[in-house]
Amino acid sequence: MTTLDSSKEIQKNNSEVNETHEDFRMFGLITFLIADGMTFAGFFAAYLTYKAVNPLPDGAIYELELPIPTLNTILLLVSSATFHKAGKALLKDKNSDSQKWLFFTAFLGIIFLICQLFEYFHLPFGLTDNLFASTFYALTGFHGLHVTLGTLMILIIGWQSRINGGRLNSQNMFPLEAVELYWHFVDGIWVILFIILYLL
Amino acid sequence: MTISIDPQKTNNESLQPKGWLRYFSFSLDHKVIGIQYLVCGFLFYLIGGTLASAIRIELASPMSDFMPRDVYNQVLTLHGTIMIFLWIVPVVNGAFGNYLIPFYVGARDMAFPRLNAVAFWLIPPSGLMLVASYFVEGAAQAGWTAYPPLSITTPQSGQIIWILSVLLLGGSSIFGGINFIATIIKLRRPGLKLMQLPMYCWAMLGTSLLVVLSTPVLAGTLILLSFDIIAHTGFFNPVLGGNVVVYQHLFWFYSHPAVYIMVLPAFGLVSEILPIHARKPLFGYTTMVFSIMGIVVLGLVVWAHHMFTSGTPPWMRLFFTIATAFIAVPTGIKFFNWVATLWGGKISINSAMLFSCGFIINFVFGGITGVALAQVPFDIHVHDTYFVVAHFHYIVYGGTVFIIFSSIYHWFPKATGKMLNEKLGILHFIITFIGFNLCFAPQHWLGLNGMPRRVAEYDPQFQFVNQISSLGALLMAISTIPFLINVFLSLRNGKDAGDNPWNALTPEWLTSSPPPVENWEGEAPLVPEPYGYGKEFSEQK
Repeated sequence: MTTLDSSKEIQKNNSEVNETHEDFRMFGLITFLIADGMTFAGFFAAYLTYKAVNPLPDGAIYELELPIPTLNTILLLVSSATFHKAGKALLKDKNSDSQKWLFFTAFLGIIFLICQLFEYFHLPFGLTDNLFASTFYALTGFHGLHVTLGTLMILIIGWQSRINGGRLNSQNMFPLEAVELYWHFVDGIWVILFIILYLL
Repeated sequence: MTISIDPQKTNNESLQPKGWLRYFSFSLDHKVIGIQYLVCGFLFYLIGGTLASAIRIELASPMSDFMPRDVYNQVLTLHGTIMIFLWIVPVVNGAFGNYLIPFYVGARDMAFPRLNAVAFWLIPPSGLMLVASYFVEGAAQAGWTAYPPLSITTPQSGQIIWILSVLLLGGSSIFGGINFIATIIKLRRPGLKLMQLPMYCWAMLGTSLLVVLSTPVLAGTLILLSFDIIAHTGFFNPVLGGNVVVYQHLFWFYSHPAVYIMVLPAFGLVSEILPIHARKPLFGYTTMVFSIMGIVVLGLVVWAHHMFTSGTPPWMRLFFTIATAFIAVPTGIKFFNWVATLWGGKISINSAMLFSCGFIINFVFGGITGVALAQVPFDIHVHDTYFVVAHFHYIVYGGTVFIIFSSIYHWFPKATGKMLNEKLGILHFIITFIGFNLCFAPQHWLGLNGMPRRVAEYDPQFQFVNQISSLGALLMAISTIPFLINVFLSLRNGKDAGDNPWNALTPEWLTSSPPPVENWEGEAPLVPEPYGYGKEFSEQK
């Protein structure tokens, strides 16, 4: 397009190009989520290896009940859909609708965490009982940490999407889009986790 | 969607401290951050080097007389951890990457300047924490690999501080990697194609992919290890039903790519330095790019060659031996390309060139022993002996550290506007090269004859060779002196460098030395041929 000694006109065009650039914050976030996904991949690999090569001692308790985690899976999948609704509403400048959907999503996240805690308190094994128990708590706990952070972020952007003085609007969608992507990621991880931890 | 750059923010930039004070501030300028990485890394290199000297003093005699054995373990662990996580990885990635990549892609800064500053400022506190752990009940003793059950049974506080420190440094590394990937892929100047980028960009792209894919696995593993230490779970504790080999797999899934994280950027840097000082285009640009990407892909699937003696099943040994041997192919291509770049060139013998040539010689040795170590029958013989120590020091010191020095000699004029003294530089090279080979070449013999590594006491028959090695270490320690004198003297009253002392074509030389805050006064220059030296030569004819 240009050489080193380009004409004045091209310089002018280029200086405009230099003042604005593509928004690559989403690109950075995706790269980060790949990295985060690799942490989970490491945990999953460790869990599957333990399952394959490390037999538990006789009498070790590792039975899991399905109802609560199934409910949790449904909660998270529904929350992904409600988050999507929030984004759609904001795009149409319906800030209060968007805020309602966001708070509903956060509510579902909180219910998920409560169910998770309920499950923890009613399981017949503790963190250090056996290898399965340790891996179970490490995996679900690490995922729960992600849900907690996600819920907090949803509450924050919910607050920011208020009509008067909010930072989030149809012109500035990035915070919502970023948290939405993160939330879908956390949901996706949960589905994998549910399959290999509860169903396999 | 586009973002416009807020003029308000640019004004705030000018409110940041000026002069040397900005190196102690939360500066967002990629050049300041690069120098922060370099100086911080070098200070840790001095600490790590002092620890290395302590190790060599201890090993000058067969008995443990210089320090108690548990202190020896701590010194050894700190030496490894500091050199890897606080010197080589931050300097060869963070320092040169931050300084050069925005120039090479024609940008005014990195993609995420704030994240960049955060990534740097994670390093000094975690490094100080690591060094300070020595004074709290003793530092970690389990080596830089922190293999359980050793890391579970040695004193806890040092090991926990070690884990925290490595987690922070890993986080810093991941943030840096994200930044490099976004900068190279997204922030390229309009009109600049990927295949026109200087080779260091490709090396950093490959390295950052490895960082982003493998470092999180180490983080997860260390979190599990800290559970084992603090909460007494049994992930890696055989007594509680755990599995130590799982730790080794997860650890080496990071730590083998970590070797490439340390060495690929050096490959990139040497590819920048050789064409300039040989006045020839880089030989085989395209093969170079594919070799880097080949090393990235293969580097992710060879980790278990560190574990041939860990009860690894035969099929796994076979696979990892073959995969490792394959890495020699792209690496060999790169070496032939460098030699071909030099071949028939108008070579100037200066410090940068000498260190680069030293790199080529040392790294070939390290590469040959690396291929040898990948062969199971040989590896079982020399596993955990000084042969391994010699091999990886030939890679990381003879390879990467030589290139770090070469790069300092090469880019010092750009960063400061002053030339370094060539005579002191050549003296530095000679002492380093002799000292390095004197220190590590005899260790191959020690390893082949069965001297185990990580021990403070050894069979007296090895004493003479160990003393030669210690003499080499002494020379290496001395070699730092002319370098430091050179840097301080040149900063005070060095010769003015001018904008382009090497007559180079890569973009960083097309601006003033030192470069202005946003790199260029006007628009960023478009350099479609960063290695077009042949043409320049024929035009001169």
